[in-house]
Amino acid sequence: MTGPVLILGARSDIARATARAFAAAGHPIQLAARDASTLAADQADLQTRFGIDVTLHDFDALDTEGHDAFVDALPNLPQIVVSAIGVLGDQTENEDDIGVARTVIRSNFEGPALMLGVLANRFATRGSGTIVGISSVAGDRGRASNYVYGAAKAGFTAFLSGLRNRLAGQGVHVVTVLPGFVNTAMTAGMDTPGALTAEPAEVGEAIVKAVKKSRNVIYVRRIWWLVMAIIRNIPEAIFKKTSI
Amino acid sequence: MDLAGWGNFPRHDSAVSAPRSEAGLAAQVARGHAIARGNGRSYGDSAISPRNTIDMRNFDRMIAFDAETGVLEAEAGVILTDVIDAFLPRGWFPMVTPGTRLITLGGAIAADVHGKSHHIDGSFGACVNWIDVMGPDGAVTRASRDENPDLFGWTIGGMGLTGIILRCAIRLKPVQSGWIRQTMIPADNLAAAMAAFEESMEAGYSVAWIDCAAKGAHLGRSLVMLGEHAGAAEVAPQHRHRPLHVPAKPKHTFPFPLPGFALNPFTVRAFNALYYWMGTRKAGDSLVDWDEFFYPLDAILKWNRLYGRRGFMQFQCVIPTETAEAGLHALLEAIAGSGQASFLSVLKRFGPQTSPISFPMEGYTLALDFPRTQRAIDLMPQLDAITLEHRGRFYLAKDSRLPAETFAAADPRAAEFAAWRSANGLDTAFSSAQSERLTL
Repeated sequence: MTGPVLILGARSDIARATARAFAAAGHPIQLAARDASTLAADQADLQTRFGIDVTLHDFDALDTEGHDAFVDALPNLPQIVVSAIGVLGDQTENEDDIGVARTVIRSNFEGPALMLGVLANRFATRGSGTIVGISSVAGDRGRASNYVYGAAKAGFTAFLSGLRNRLAGQGVHVVTVLPGFVNTAMTAGMDTPGALTAEPAEVGEAIVKAVKKSRNVIYVRRIWWLVMAIIRNIPEAIFKKTSI
Repeated sequence: MDLAGWGNFPRHDSAVSAPRSEAGLAAQVARGHAIARGNGRSYGDSAISPRNTIDMRNFDRMIAFDAETGVLEAEAGVILTDVIDAFLPRGWFPMVTPGTRLITLGGAIAADVHGKSHHIDGSFGACVNWIDVMGPDGAVTRASRDENPDLFGWTIGGMGLTGIILRCAIRLKPVQSGWIRQTMIPADNLAAAMAAFEESMEAGYSVAWIDCAAKGAHLGRSLVMLGEHAGAAEVAPQHRHRPLHVPAKPKHTFPFPLPGFALNPFTVRAFNALYYWMGTRKAGDSLVDWDEFFYPLDAILKWNRLYGRRGFMQFQCVIPTETAEAGLHALLEAIAGSGQASFLSVLKRFGPQTSPISFPMEGYTLALDFPRTQRAIDLMPQLDAITLEHRGRFYLAKDSRLPAETFAAADPRAAEFAAWRSANGLDTAFSSAQSERLTL
């Protein structure tokens, strides 16, 4: 089935790689982001490489009132939606500035969750579709270094889990993607360990495979499952004194 | 960041940026002493500037393709393998390709790479219609054979020292299948190998693997390989319904750097003898897929680990036709005499070349690689001297160690290039560890 794929937050490196991976498999692509016209180069790239149709759509994840109208304006209801919406923010700023923290929480949880909720209802009515939410291993346990971002992602992960539970049996599948470190603009300048750091293309290919195989939750590099299992199981009395 | 070329030597602690927009790129260029880096496949220090290395791989968008003319417009960070993935299924193949497809278009232009079709198609620059180049002030200039021809000429093969190549238009060639009709000609010595090349000037592709460990009557024994794109009807029956599609093969990654002793003169000599013997048994015609014909080494990712952590050196020179036989003979004698057999050695007949600073010229090119041992290091000046004696010159994309005076003596165009760079204020704006070593 090569139905259209909607990419929400299409400007990010992971979104671009995911769009390429779906386009390579022959899917038409709908790219959605703020100032969508600035994605014209990506549109041309996908069309030139893969000879598929690519459309651009203005989309603001935080404008939750506009989500229904956004879906109505799409040329057709997508077969697959991928949410790559997310903002890492700066933890110290998040601690000091309520406005900044609110944007991080809304961008990583409220915006993507409510948007996927709208699409979930449409998919359920149709009786088919796949929803892919890119969440984060940071949501597996709150840590001092990024707990505002992590808490929002934890909320998003829980939302996806509930959505999957609700829609199982209605023909709609939900995939939760936990990428771990990825070599992107978001992590530029961070010193991330090589074995734990995926390339965006790897994430894109993993997502296409997970959709094809109807996987529920994927860690892009499997080592992250182990890493997070250990981190989740450290007793709180010890965990609170660590800095990981 | 600790940065090296594909040969893992030399290594330089370098300031590396990876801009994502033209404005971001211009800001990096403004810092001076910039060099663009693509996929890091040049062997030495061409794509390293300790002060300001700019990773161009974020500029990896294709812009447009004209299915009538086969002209592809793309950003310079697009990788050649992506071009093949996108266009071979539609019946197009790169007009010129080197022995790896894991290079960026910008890198291919900067080094003006060559391939097995040089005697027919010329070097990579021959398929370039135009380039967009960012200068020291961040302004982008379009250059072609008609528009800003100086900038165009010096940029093709200019090793990134004329500015940042940002975009290009390249011509692809139409093909009917993803298969190559290969003819293997065993040649028992150098004269026989050269004769095979001279008789095969009409062949679309030609290249020879040469056994640098062979001595005496067998000096220069080679397997000369010729190739043509197979027509749709020539493809094996089981693939004929999709002639442009070649079944996917598994990828392997060389797991870890081999210990230094693994590649020694004995194992290298044994490998070369075995390879030649196996080649003679495959003499004649066969059909091979494009990946096996053009890119045998790309099947093993990170194959440079074969040489261990100390790295390896490439030596590649070209010797003009008139002095080629004597020059190659002297080079092979020196190598065989040193006991430092090269693991993978390639001989190729070049056709004419007219561009101002590119490496190729009509004649024969010999490419060798050596583990970076003291004895191999000691052999290099000898090979340099023989090359100079026979009016040959050196390939900068492979170089990690040439002395400036040797390079200048081999290539009088270098002084002209350096003068042009300085007259246009490019010498402090763009530089690499290599350009500083060679005073380009």
